[in-house]
Amino acid sequence: MKWFKSGIIYIILLACGLSMIVPFLWMITTSLKSQTDVNEGNVGFIPIDRYQTYTMDGKTYRVQIVLHKGSHSIANLYDSDGNLAKEYQRIPNSKIQQVKKFKLHWENFKTAFQKVPFARYFINTIYVAIITLFGVLITSALAAYAFARMQFFGREWIFILFISMMMVPEPVFMIPSYILLDKLGWIDSYNALIIPWLANIFTIFLFRQHFKSIPAELFDAAAIDGCTRFGMLWRIVLPLSKPVIATASIFSVIGSWNSFMWPLVMTNSEELRVLQVGLSYFSQEASSQTTLLMAASTFSILPLVILFLFAQKQIIASAASTGMKD
Amino acid sequence: MKENKYTPFLYILPAFILVFAFRFIPIMLTFIVSFFEWTINGAGKFIGFENYAHLIKDPDFWTSLVNTFYLVIFVVPLSIVLSLFFAALLNQVKHLKGFFRTIYFLPFVTSLVAVSIVWKIIFNQQSGLANFFLAKVGLGPQGWLAESRGIFTLFFSHFGIHIPTWLGGPSLALFCIIILTVWKSLGYNTIIYLAGLQNIPKEMYEAAEIDGATKTRQFFGITIPLVSPTSFYVLLMTTITTFQAFAQIYLMTGPPIGGPLKTTKVIVYYIYETGFDNQNLSYASAVALVLFIIILALTLWQKRLERNVTY
Repeated sequence: MKWFKSGIIYIILLACGLSMIVPFLWMITTSLKSQTDVNEGNVGFIPIDRYQTYTMDGKTYRVQIVLHKGSHSIANLYDSDGNLAKEYQRIPNSKIQQVKKFKLHWENFKTAFQKVPFARYFINTIYVAIITLFGVLITSALAAYAFARMQFFGREWIFILFISMMMVPEPVFMIPSYILLDKLGWIDSYNALIIPWLANIFTIFLFRQHFKSIPAELFDAAAIDGCTRFGMLWRIVLPLSKPVIATASIFSVIGSWNSFMWPLVMTNSEELRVLQVGLSYFSQEASSQTTLLMAASTFSILPLVILFLFAQKQIIASAASTGMKD
Repeated sequence: MKENKYTPFLYILPAFILVFAFRFIPIMLTFIVSFFEWTINGAGKFIGFENYAHLIKDPDFWTSLVNTFYLVIFVVPLSIVLSLFFAALLNQVKHLKGFFRTIYFLPFVTSLVAVSIVWKIIFNQQSGLANFFLAKVGLGPQGWLAESRGIFTLFFSHFGIHIPTWLGGPSLALFCIIILTVWKSLGYNTIIYLAGLQNIPKEMYEAAEIDGATKTRQFFGITIPLVSPTSFYVLLMTTITTFQAFAQIYLMTGPPIGGPLKTTKVIVYYIYETGFDNQNLSYASAVALVLFIIILALTLWQKRLERNVTY
């Protein structure tokens, strides 16, 4: 009875899990189909090439029918390299063979990657993500250290101000941010993509919680040894905070990589497009080329999926810790 | 320790300047801009509450507000129920836990832009997976993202019953957005719930077992009450994120975006449209402020509810 029950649980979990990843599976299989295959109505999960052949004088040609004429067809014949071999041949329909062949069209990835400058978009995204990550870690460590371990006038008030700013969603302050960045002359520049995001209140909050939990004795001992304030941050706090730094880094990178609305609004030129914005424009330009869109979607999520598969324990633990109340 | 009393401020300064310049000032500006004529070219004259007076009579504003509420009202309960269900199942199993967690969590790390493109093609009428599955189970094809009729209208008309338009519910197109948004939110919420479930002491269940309580009784009597702090967190976060839905509307609907017949136009897309397509920054700010007030009110209300309910 027990194994039966747990068997049912596994089956339900598997079915639900499958429905979670079906969109990804279909994305990948569609990205490997030929566009003709898709246009001819192959919706399923197996990339298949369908074509017609005709054998003449011991050689097999691919057939492209030009005209149907009763029991015969007028067709162009192509050799195995795809070159036109014979034009307007009159061939009997009964001799034309329907061929179904499993084939993966990896070239879709290359075509999509080259159709618009995706390499540039990748570089832009990585550049923005890395600078933002370092900025966030530095500003947050400094501020959280002061909030957690120093006494100063207005500490609680400044912290409350920070937290209340964190509650305001991005779309609310986006319009005036545009006005502000426009006044600064930063619209359509890396500055607009990076500088406003160099401080992350959530990370400050996360670091502060952790820094507070470090025992005071460590600081007292360090003070006796003549360690400076900054020395304590560098030699005691940060080495003890590796897990929380990893958590903050993961969220920062995922956030930068996937941010869409802000770069869409704040940049115009193609050289400054980040991956998500580039992908969005590509989806408008190539809206009928399903296979290329799927290929572009696949390679744009691939870096984070790989990161996730390597660091999944840390990422899932990090996500879970954000939901924990202190 | 010898210390200059200004030293702490030096540590705070970089973060403070950034937060002040790029959060505090823009948020204050939202108020100010909404009281002036303000286009891409700069500030105009003071117009007082004119934007707000216009807002009340603006049918597009109300449409986008109703659509946003539809989105939230469907996405939040669906996401909570499903993620709690998944988490409860995952909590039961011993083997393959990591494997299941990985596949459930995958949508969380993928970008909304990419998955919106994928789901748009899934809902494509000719070459999409959705109609393919409907055909497999013997149902007729649907218009999905092109269907402006409400889901209840469609459901009842299947049985020959006509219901008034205002009872029709979200359009099928908006329902496609709902499905995507639930799917995207499930991974994160499941992980949060799993962490919450693991915090419930085992002894509780053992005691219930001895008293002869069934699994179902245990779930409703122990699990749901004890996991309620997590539920409030998930409720709040999912509500706030869903109110801000933008990318999925921008990528999946239209042309024109927000279609068919404006049934997928949500509030954040309306802010974007009035601000950057129609270049009316002041009116867009007024709409943004309304969004802010709604989210703030809901947050405070949920916090109050939480204080009264938590076990």
